[in-house]
Amino acid sequence: MAEVTLTIDGLQVTVAKGTTVLEAARQAGVFIPTFCHDPELTRFGACRMCIVEIPGMRNLPASCVTEAAEGMVVYTESEAVIEARKTILELMLANHPMDCLTCGKNGECSLQDYAYLYGVKTESFGGEKHAYPLENDNPFIVRDMNKCILCGKCVRACAEIQGKNIVDFAYRGFDAKITPAMDVPLSASECVFCGNCVAVCPVGALQEKGLRSAARTWEVKKVKTTCPYCGTGCSFELNVKDNKVVGVTSCDGDVNGRALCVKGRFGYGFIHHPDRLTNPLIKKNGKFVESSWEEAIGLVAAKLSAIKANYGPDSLAVLSSARCTNEENYLMQKFTRAVLGTNSIDHCARL
Amino acid sequence: MSYVSLTINGIKISVPKGTTVLDAARQARVFIPTFCHDPDIPRFGACRICVVEIPGMRNLPASCVTEATEGMEVFTESPAVVEARKTILELLLANHPQDCLTCEKNGDCRLQDYAFRYGVKESGFKGERKDYPLDDSNPYIIRDASKCILCGRCVRTCNAIPERSIIDFGYRGFATKIVTAMDTPLGESDCVYCGRCVTVCPVGALTWKPLAGKGRIWEMQKQEVTCTFCDSGCTFYVLSKNGKNIGVVPKAPGNGRPLCLKGRLGLELKYLDAPPAPHLKKDGEFVEVSWGEALGLQDIISKLNKD
Amino acid sequence: MTNSIKEIAGADFILAIGTNTTESHPIISLQVKKAKRNGATLVVADPRRTEIAELSDIHMQLKSGSDIALLNAMANVIIAEEIWNKEFVSTRTEDFEALKATVAKYTPEYAEGLTGIPADVIREVARGYAKANNATILYTMGITQHICGTHNVFAVANLAMLCGQIGKPSSGVNPLRGQNNVQGACDMGALPNVYTGYQAVTVEDNRGKFAKAWNVGELPAKPGLTVGEMMEAAAEGKVKGMYIMGENPVLSDPDAHHVVHSLEKLDFLVVQDIFLTETAALADVVLPAASFAEKDGTFSNTERRVQRVRKAIDPVGNARADWQIICDVATAMGYTMSYASASEIFDEIASLTPSYAGISYERLEQGGIQWPCPNSGHAGTMYLHKDKFVRGLGKFNPVEYIPPAEQPDNEFPFVLSTGRRHFHYHTGTMTQRTGTLEVHYGTEFLEINPADAAAINVTEGEMIKVKSRRGEVAVQARLTDIVPQGMVFTSFHFPEVAINKLTNSARDPVAKIPELKVCAVKIEKAS
Repeated sequence: MAEVTLTIDGLQVTVAKGTTVLEAARQAGVFIPTFCHDPELTRFGACRMCIVEIPGMRNLPASCVTEAAEGMVVYTESEAVIEARKTILELMLANHPMDCLTCGKNGECSLQDYAYLYGVKTESFGGEKHAYPLENDNPFIVRDMNKCILCGKCVRACAEIQGKNIVDFAYRGFDAKITPAMDVPLSASECVFCGNCVAVCPVGALQEKGLRSAARTWEVKKVKTTCPYCGTGCSFELNVKDNKVVGVTSCDGDVNGRALCVKGRFGYGFIHHPDRLTNPLIKKNGKFVESSWEEAIGLVAAKLSAIKANYGPDSLAVLSSARCTNEENYLMQKFTRAVLGTNSIDHCARL
Repeated sequence: MSYVSLTINGIKISVPKGTTVLDAARQARVFIPTFCHDPDIPRFGACRICVVEIPGMRNLPASCVTEATEGMEVFTESPAVVEARKTILELLLANHPQDCLTCEKNGDCRLQDYAFRYGVKESGFKGERKDYPLDDSNPYIIRDASKCILCGRCVRTCNAIPERSIIDFGYRGFATKIVTAMDTPLGESDCVYCGRCVTVCPVGALTWKPLAGKGRIWEMQKQEVTCTFCDSGCTFYVLSKNGKNIGVVPKAPGNGRPLCLKGRLGLELKYLDAPPAPHLKKDGEFVEVSWGEALGLQDIISKLNKD
Repeated sequence: MTNSIKEIAGADFILAIGTNTTESHPIISLQVKKAKRNGATLVVADPRRTEIAELSDIHMQLKSGSDIALLNAMANVIIAEEIWNKEFVSTRTEDFEALKATVAKYTPEYAEGLTGIPADVIREVARGYAKANNATILYTMGITQHICGTHNVFAVANLAMLCGQIGKPSSGVNPLRGQNNVQGACDMGALPNVYTGYQAVTVEDNRGKFAKAWNVGELPAKPGLTVGEMMEAAAEGKVKGMYIMGENPVLSDPDAHHVVHSLEKLDFLVVQDIFLTETAALADVVLPAASFAEKDGTFSNTERRVQRVRKAIDPVGNARADWQIICDVATAMGYTMSYASASEIFDEIASLTPSYAGISYERLEQGGIQWPCPNSGHAGTMYLHKDKFVRGLGKFNPVEYIPPAEQPDNEFPFVLSTGRRHFHYHTGTMTQRTGTLEVHYGTEFLEINPADAAAINVTEGEMIKVKSRRGEVAVQARLTDIVPQGMVFTSFHFPEVAINKLTNSARDPVAKIPELKVCAVKIEKAS
């Protein structure tokens, strides 16, 4: 493969031809801020936050769409670059609600990160602000288009990851907005609420309804695990606060990358549902009565032992579970064969 | 010791006589928000965010100054309580800058925590706002009186050390403000920058100047260390971000002889990857000095250098 | 699956037969869409015009249960036009002549009569499949839940071997499994005839090996009962006690009335679950289990990838992890079963299971591993049958078309098929209690073609009664041309629309899988 060597902030970097300046910088461990860039999505070059200075080029080019060339010299934090980034942030903040106080994305917001990094404290450009109503009519996703910075990641994620093309840019200029066809709410569109747009949104425009109202981003512990629904085996992170699962977020799964479906991302509520069984139950006179573990286990052991003794091992049968872990299925068949003494174990693989 | 039994949100609990309802609730693991309450200097009753409903009492009493009595029934999140708390928060936010975006306390701010918890997104009260200049007249502490909610914890912790007692409430009504004597900037006062006040401030009114712009609270890891400069054994946190130690802050006001600037600076020198240069006040002005001079070790260092 | 999920994107021809991939396996469907964007041809065979059918280049809207006729006809075309993979067939397979003889009569014209698919379309699809560089076949329960389910799978495998579309990247036979750990439950020997890794109980050496490891004198040699046979035996009084862990056969199994009757006849039923399911309600003892968020373990997904499940929170209330409960019951019955952690159990599995031997929790920290993984230096296996099949040569098993067990007639004129919805899962035990999914999709309905609805004077949203020879349910009608005339469809997710009261428990004689995809029903107005 052909390679090119360039200098980024004084560091010599050799990369494959065709690599963007942004990717080259990241390979060299040099930080460049981005809003609209995503390694899994097509190059877009919309937000201009990733501009760099390259002597000889007419303007400050966006590093995410500029390919590295042999002998290129790049400055990622020159005075001109910093001034331009500050102006971009000021322009964005001129039309962004200042409500980090209660915003669910506070702490996981690129706009906030960069405003802090570049010390852009207040809006310098007064003027008209959007006043779109909050779209809050479905149980999964809250859309606040006042917070949208029009980076277009959601549009590309919907088209390129999910293949649904539900949302796109609509209107022009100040009125430009991300909308489903005919500017209806998501609930009235063909959206299947996979939430993959939410996973890529760099600001608070798209938020998981449950998670972002239950916890601040810095309060949650994230535990990577495997989805309990279908057989695809998607990985995700359970977000835990005060020993409660408050939400699910994407991580980089072997099978799914960051993509999840509506069940994986939003179907965790059963874990703390009031219907969960919390104590053993024993049926007495046709009614369930809560019992201790000792009593319940003792009764099960006694009954199974008695049936085995009276009618033989094959009078017992066990249904194991395609929902439980390998370890549990293994122990269940070990129990069935070694303790009960029968091979009558099955599960609902056929359903 | 005699005990009283009370019920908090339906949970029965027995506590020693004299315990406040707030402390009883915390023992029962029932959450009650507080701003002005300080376990070391309790019973101030200023901020009212800890109000609870106790049938038979005339108003919603502040739980931090109400003692538990036998048979008392307490509701900590009744509709009346929640409404009162929301109103308190709205009143506080009516006169508080909306700049969490870049505020150093973002992520570790009680006002923010409770606004989120009670869904107070903006104030319903519009009106005049404080517009005090930032006091960054010294190298250690930034005071932003515009963010102060007048809970008085800084005043009480400072006054707990008689020879310090640098700050107190000044002026009246809307103009009320935490001030040094004669309302001078901190740099012109007798403050010794022990930082007790910063450790107790529940909002962004008092922050660490050496940490300004260095990172958000959720990006940092904390490592607890004990200062060994004297026998008080004050505890500090060494803060790190991306594997680099970036700051030292006191854990709490400490007991006995609590906290001093020398201890903090010494720990900065010991732990930080790039410790900020120390400053000494000379003729009423802070000037940058060497570590030897700041720690009073100049003579020893020069002796060592001679050999 | 013979291949990995990500390999689907690399196929240039995809035949999706009997799989509603976009709804039942949304994340796998992303790979199908990716392949399509890369220029692949997508052919969908399904009686319903599902979302993935809408995406396809060719939708073969075959009659329910006519899969073998279609697949044999494809083989017929491929052999007749001499476009089969002669090298693969001669070096990797046997009994080709038998296949050739059997499919000879399945001309596309003959199959058109059985499947309803025009002969020319069958020819076009057959050519596309045979000539593709990498062709993959995806299927799910639309293939297997028939009385000829096993034969359907043979027909799929015959086609793949005939064209050499197996044993290489992005080419293979890929059943998409429906439950998070159905692969693992099979791998772990939760089946009546095998131990872990499909080691047969009938082989004396296997019994000896497990008896020694488990420290028991001897293990039963006779294969046990399948779930359907258990229900039969319970009804007959031969099975007297059952232990059910994490399953809800009252809703998931066919002919629900019969299942309830069987379970009620038991002397003793213990059910271990996270909710008081319709099945648990029949139990004598119910043991509260921990959910996936409350325990450590592993799941094996449809591409044989073993992945970690990690404990995020403590069990709710006094619930316990299933593995701990099993240990408690075994110990109380006099067999000491004690493990300090799930990891320790896994090590025992690895020591007894050649295909899992190289996997450990330590390795899984770096990511999932696809079995077979025979030793700790082995990276795992992306796709199966690379140089040889498990049995050596791939054997053609020619199969004949047979019609479904129950056909529509004058009294029961509609074919009822069942399946899944995008927003729900299985018996709904979890998805009906999320605070989100059931809010968005709260009631089930029956899909009926507008022409059929008009003929019996049923309107959109109207409550109707669906009756079969076994039972009836009331459900709202949804008029849609997703279903062809003569067919109705609904899911089994909703207890209030317990459609398995109607379904036919006629089973495939080999796999014992019930024919949930076809039964005859009639529709009546509710009032």
